[in-house]
Amino acid sequence: MIEVSNVHHAYGERQVLKGITLTLSERRIAIAGSNGSGKSTFARLLNGLLLPDRGSVTVDGLDTRRDGKAVRRKVGFVFQNPDNQIVFPVVEEDIAFGMKNLGFDKAEIARRTNEILSRYGLEDHRTHPSHLLSGGQKQLLAISGVLVMDPDYIVFDEPTTLLDLRNKKRVIEAINALDQTVIVASHDLDLLSGFDRAIVFDAGKVAFDEVPGIAFERYIKTMT
Amino acid sequence: MFELYHPGTSVLHRLPAGFKILTLVIAGTLIFLASDLPIVAAFFAATAGLYYVAGLTLASAWAQIRPVVWILAVLFVAQGLITGWTMAVFIVLRFASLLMLAGLIALTTRTSDMIDAMERGLWYLRYIGVNPAKVSLALSLALRFIPVLATITRDVREAQKVRGLERSIVAVAIPVIVRTLRMSDDISDAIEARSYDPKI
Amino acid sequence: MTTRDIVYVALFAALTAALGLFPPLTLPVIGVPITAQSLGVMLAGALAGSKRGGLAMVLFLALVAAGLPLLAGGRGGFGIFLGPSGGFLLSWPFAAFVIGWLFERHGGSPPFGLSLAYLALAGIGLVYAIGIPWVAFAAAIPFSKAFMGSMAFVPGDAVKVVLAAVITRAVRKAYPDWSSGK
Repeated sequence: MIEVSNVHHAYGERQVLKGITLTLSERRIAIAGSNGSGKSTFARLLNGLLLPDRGSVTVDGLDTRRDGKAVRRKVGFVFQNPDNQIVFPVVEEDIAFGMKNLGFDKAEIARRTNEILSRYGLEDHRTHPSHLLSGGQKQLLAISGVLVMDPDYIVFDEPTTLLDLRNKKRVIEAINALDQTVIVASHDLDLLSGFDRAIVFDAGKVAFDEVPGIAFERYIKTMT
Repeated sequence: MFELYHPGTSVLHRLPAGFKILTLVIAGTLIFLASDLPIVAAFFAATAGLYYVAGLTLASAWAQIRPVVWILAVLFVAQGLITGWTMAVFIVLRFASLLMLAGLIALTTRTSDMIDAMERGLWYLRYIGVNPAKVSLALSLALRFIPVLATITRDVREAQKVRGLERSIVAVAIPVIVRTLRMSDDISDAIEARSYDPKI
Repeated sequence: MTTRDIVYVALFAALTAALGLFPPLTLPVIGVPITAQSLGVMLAGALAGSKRGGLAMVLFLALVAAGLPLLAGGRGGFGIFLGPSGGFLLSWPFAAFVIGWLFERHGGSPPFGLSLAYLALAGIGLVYAIGIPWVAFAAAIPFSKAFMGSMAFVPGDAVKVVLAAVITRAVRKAYPDWSSGK
């Protein structure tokens, strides 16, 4: 369970989050909202990439400010642009990076790498330059690099925004197949429609917090 | 993806990369100490011979010199007029041999092996207070992002073509650099999100 | 060195490689080709700062030495350093460091005129101070001849000083929250 209590966050003068309090316990949670609504900032607070200016975020009782390292182990993060998340020149090296940071031994790294590559049909690309993958494959590689670290929660920041329709479908399937608790910040309603809960942000505050159908209907109404 | 390596199975291909680099450094130093034309000529002939051993053609040896051939030509003429033609031959042969030897190593060693050898060499840096793991990460990141930045540069040049600015360094460099800086924020977040701890 | 520092070092090395992809432009009248690559040296110093900029150049040169054809015109390999122009390349980390250091005296953005002076001082002065003796030594020619020969490249480098100053100023405007820390 992730508990967010009275969180404020600003970039310089610009107040992006204005007192957010939420308890996240559902398995599939959508964070929606227009650009600048604060949803990406909110997502980054959940694994301690950003720390709140005021208020607190705890993951299973661990405070992101105090127990940053342990929180990052629990909460994986997938970025909008896989090109910025893939940090190694070769596919298998990139998958191994997080596991090496956690101190896994070679045999375990190899075992998990094999498993994840076959899960996403990337076996043939194992030793390929990551640069040569398609957009969808890159996003799957980014997800792989996070999954092998065995997080309990995975936060996605607009995972489908930069993909074409076919790749988008593949990535949505992959996200829907995950066993972990998934929190997705996005305005891709195709991706979010089957979720358990939808939280719509507007101007740094929670505007609606409902099941997706109702929340999105109201969200679209306010937009038009 | 982009390397000079020429696949093969010769002795030279199989020698460890670190050994080849060391040999080059030593040979390069020694040849600068040599002062006789016959020694340099023998060195040149031996280097050319190694191309044969590696199963490479003399054309690929020539390819190592070709990019700087005009510099060598200028050097030859200048040297000939200033100090005499024997000296000119000596100097030009010395450069040509070194370029060929260095080229030979590039042709017979995978870049990845070369970088592995460098990373192993990096461990000695910790005695002077450099963290080899960080250097190694920087090396990997550079290899990862060279093709990314090359693509971005190409894209921006394409976009500027519409305005006839594709050859303007300023009009291309500014958007490329701004995008690079924005990227760098995400990349550092992505590294830390995967439990990288810079304090280790 | 924070993670962010490491990323900047790697990206400025990669950026210098990307600048090598520009077709060289030939200055009218003098006819010497100039490449955009050495612009990377000045930008690394001016934008990434002394330590990060200098290290970015060390990294770039290490990759060239490893055999990647990253120098303008697709050149690479250890041999480059042993050739006549080796000293110019080896001066790059020092030049980037000094430019960064001078820029840091002014919180990263000195007045335009001063940034021109700084870029010229280290980007041309220091580079030639290391490069020319090397040419003289490696090619066994008198220092004065090496000096005269190198002067042909000064106009091209002067153009690059102006470009680097213009680009640095524009990038800082476009990305104001960017700081070149130490």
